[in-house]
Amino acid sequence: MTVATEQNEKFAAYAHPERLVSTEWLAANLGSESLVVVESDEDILLYDTGHIPGAVKIDWHTDLNDPVARDYVDGQGFADLMRAKGISRDTTVVIYGDKSNWWAAYALWVFTLFGHEDVRLLDGGRDKWIAEGRELTTDVPQPAATDYPVIERNDAPIRAYLTDVLNHFGKPLIDVRSPEEYSGARTTMPAYPEEGTLRGGHIPSAASVPWGRAAAEDGTFRTREELEAIYKARPA
Amino acid sequence: MTEQRIPAQLAEIIDDFQAMEEPERLQLLLEFSRSLPDLPEHLAGQPELLEQVVECQSPLFLALELGEAPGQPVEIFFSAPPEAPTTRGFAGVLHEGLNGLPADDILAVPDDVPDQLGLTRAITPLRMRGMTAMLARIKRQINDARAAA
Repeated sequence: MTVATEQNEKFAAYAHPERLVSTEWLAANLGSESLVVVESDEDILLYDTGHIPGAVKIDWHTDLNDPVARDYVDGQGFADLMRAKGISRDTTVVIYGDKSNWWAAYALWVFTLFGHEDVRLLDGGRDKWIAEGRELTTDVPQPAATDYPVIERNDAPIRAYLTDVLNHFGKPLIDVRSPEEYSGARTTMPAYPEEGTLRGGHIPSAASVPWGRAAAEDGTFRTREELEAIYKARPA
Repeated sequence: MTEQRIPAQLAEIIDDFQAMEEPERLQLLLEFSRSLPDLPEHLAGQPELLEQVVECQSPLFLALELGEAPGQPVEIFFSAPPEAPTTRGFAGVLHEGLNGLPADDILAVPDDVPDQLGLTRAITPLRMRGMTAMLARIKRQINDARAAA
């Protein structure tokens, strides 16, 4: 059983309104039996400083990545994680995090690779929830184990491989990294000296739209209209 | 070349971390983030007096003051926002482990001392590097201050 999607005028304009919830919606639906709230942060200590009541923590670094292979966890690993977090295959999962949902969106992406049907992001993430003065707790829930099935990942529908990119040439391509990485001036994100690429520059024909531009000051996604203006603008 | 040596007050912290399992280590790091003192009055609100450690994932600033010779005890000051607990935790470890020590003792701290906290599985290499960078900048500021004296 999943939880009914939010009826929200702003979200209705998006391609997938069912993938987002507002802080108001989440506050009203907290405690629902079919709902599990997940916090996934860039700073992994933040959850312990206080989180949304009932939320469990998923660490992108140690929970979602395989410790040895340079890849995500496999079907067994994901099932073990879901079972431990009290998530069933038909649970509605709402994910939120710090820094405009940076790693929360990453977690949502990994859930999608495993075909988890109902996974949503909290628009505005952790910062908006706190800015609105909503309740936080340091109590860590101890969910009852579930019987989440072992599902092998199916990356192909939503992950672009080299041949996909080659076939795509001629159509729009967006580079979401920093302008300095796009231009080739540097090979790492500013302030992330080890998270780098081996060669400077970008894939031919790509336009530069750093990912942070999709979020407004308060961490929420910009409106459909604003996003269209950003992504349809021709690069100077 | 200074001989490498870990000062007693830092060694004690490392032992505390080493004696724990990983989840407890993260809780200890959280405690260090809470115990990091605020900037003193003469530095608060004066960002130009502080150096940003750009290697850190979150804004972190540091300053230090070199005391009288011969010992030249070093006062270290950190500033990092509460929404960056990991960065604050690392700063807290270095503050408690090094603050007030003679300059030579700090220069003798091995550069890879952050790796000895036993956090390299739980914390990404990028963040560990942030702590290494804090230590490197503390050392550089000591050398700069001496050269300027």
